[in-house]
Amino acid sequence: MSRFLRRHGWVVGLSALFVVLFVATRIIQPGYGAGDFGSLVRAVLPYAFAVAAQTVVVIAGGIDLSVAAMMAFTSVTAASMMAGASEEYAIFVVPLVLALGFVLGAVNGILIVVTRVPDIVVTLATLFILQGAALLVLDAPGGGVAEWLKGLIIGTVPIPGLPDAVTAWFPKALLLLVVLLCAVWIPLKRSRLGLSIYAIGSSELAAFRSGVPVARTKILAYAIAGLFAAMGGLSLTMSTGIGAPIPGPYLLASVAAVVLGGVALGGGRGGLLGPIIAVFVLRLVRTDLTLLAIDPNVTAIVEGSIMVAVVMFGAYVTIRSRAS
Amino acid sequence: MSISASAPASVPAGRRIRRFMSDYPLVPLVVLLLLLVLVLHILQPGIVNQRWIANTVKFAIPLALLAGCQTMTMLTGGIDLSVGTVATMAAFIVATQGVDNPPAVAMALALIPALLIGFANGIGVGVFRVHPLIMTLGTSLIGVGCLQVYQRTVIASGAKVPEFLTWLGTGLTWGFPNALLLFIPVAALLIFIQRRTGFGRLLYAVGDNERATRLAGVKYWQVILALYIFSSVLAGIMGLLYIGLIKAPSLSLAEPLVLPSVAAAVIGGTSIFGGRGGYTGTILGALILAVLTTLLTILQMPEGARRILFGAIVLLVTAAYLRIIEDR
Repeated sequence: MSRFLRRHGWVVGLSALFVVLFVATRIIQPGYGAGDFGSLVRAVLPYAFAVAAQTVVVIAGGIDLSVAAMMAFTSVTAASMMAGASEEYAIFVVPLVLALGFVLGAVNGILIVVTRVPDIVVTLATLFILQGAALLVLDAPGGGVAEWLKGLIIGTVPIPGLPDAVTAWFPKALLLLVVLLCAVWIPLKRSRLGLSIYAIGSSELAAFRSGVPVARTKILAYAIAGLFAAMGGLSLTMSTGIGAPIPGPYLLASVAAVVLGGVALGGGRGGLLGPIIAVFVLRLVRTDLTLLAIDPNVTAIVEGSIMVAVVMFGAYVTIRSRAS
Repeated sequence: MSISASAPASVPAGRRIRRFMSDYPLVPLVVLLLLLVLVLHILQPGIVNQRWIANTVKFAIPLALLAGCQTMTMLTGGIDLSVGTVATMAAFIVATQGVDNPPAVAMALALIPALLIGFANGIGVGVFRVHPLIMTLGTSLIGVGCLQVYQRTVIASGAKVPEFLTWLGTGLTWGFPNALLLFIPVAALLIFIQRRTGFGRLLYAVGDNERATRLAGVKYWQVILALYIFSSVLAGIMGLLYIGLIKAPSLSLAEPLVLPSVAAAVIGGTSIFGGRGGYTGTILGALILAVLTTLLTILQMPEGARRILFGAIVLLVTAAYLRIIEDR
């Protein structure tokens, strides 16, 4: 038990924080129920994918500033392809957009490996490029989305044998999130590639000397991030019904949640679960502030202060643990 | 280097040019700048005249000032992404406070948030050892929130840009932009700090090998705190200048300049990992970006294509520059 706590202490602490916040929400607003939880999950969806994308790259020792732009680009691509098209056409659009994200992410990685320019600069440049490409696809918010895709994240999962009051707490969006994240992350974590990603994150030189194909691993890490970003873009289109070419606030949110989730920014440490719980915590804080009827502008200040405070605390703990 | 000393004649011409460029890293930048101006001249003969040059310099100066913040912080291996928010806050406050207060008071008030944000950044990065990217993004988020709240309290009072700032931002004296009156001393100060003062040497030292500097007895957090306050105040001053140039306060005035300011410093040869670079290159980088923007505007590209090209060029220039520098 103590070993489990030591290894997963951060995640356990975060989960506890989430529970505390949830109870606080119920106290603030006794009527906060399953329906509200469903809308929380729907709001979290694009953030969660952005965070997943950032997590993979950060574990590999890099950083991806182009996450939000990538989401905007994949979102407008999906929305403009599905606009006015038949329902069945969307079946082709979804894998196409996911592949697009994968390829664009790989391009990020290839550029970093080939040009040897620092990852911050490369992804900054691709941020510009993807923003521009998104504007070329759609110069104003528009496009459409197939109804069945929208339906994927609305409503709850009916579980046979359980009463409605319980299944109401399992929104479809949560199922979609868990299934998609697990489908990519679990095989990755268990594979040789996953190990290599952690290896190049903790020490590129040591990994190289141990025979890890550093270049290939890095490219694949960015490609997987691209895939997650494409999922995020699709989920944006699914929840809004349109595509918007201007990137949302997902970059800062993703970095903050990665740090809050216990992933070391230097790379090589952490998992996916922590950042995902962190994103739920951050969104729930926002909900609470709204429920407390605080001016939305003040909410931004409080939210920012919380992120900064948490990050400072995390950094402080890291120093202390290193010193002892 | 030892090879070249023993057998100078056997070095091929290509290598010699590269070596020359890596010894004088500013030369390729100047060449690139002239090349861009030349392309501009060919595309639109007659555009390159004194007025155009003055105008380009006028718009390059705010970018160069912000890029100065990036250069200073990047020397220690950091980055300051809160400069856009700081500059916007300074600009917005000076314009709204300028209605009731004398310009000097308004300007002093405008620099207070810059000091506070710089202080917070310095404490976060220096004492708590938060990654600068995160810390400055976070404080800029808080700053934006504060600015929005502040905006609602002054929404009725209107805005007035002090005349001195308009004169400084847009005016020309004998064909030279007045902004140079601010920029030349600031640039001289930055270069002086970097090359001639102990503080400058500490910045390079911290960026080069933080552990060694620490073991040598340097108070890391004091250096970082001073650095981020300096960077923030510089960004605030840039905001004052920029509002004189743009004249219309808004809540995202300087935000679009943040990423280009990083690009300018990087193109100018400052290493994002710290320890290498200087402000002279950054000034050239800012000029290159300013000319590039004109070029793309003249080509009448849609906004999207312009951004794509901008990104591609930043990447290409950085990659090419790295090749030249690292080929020692």
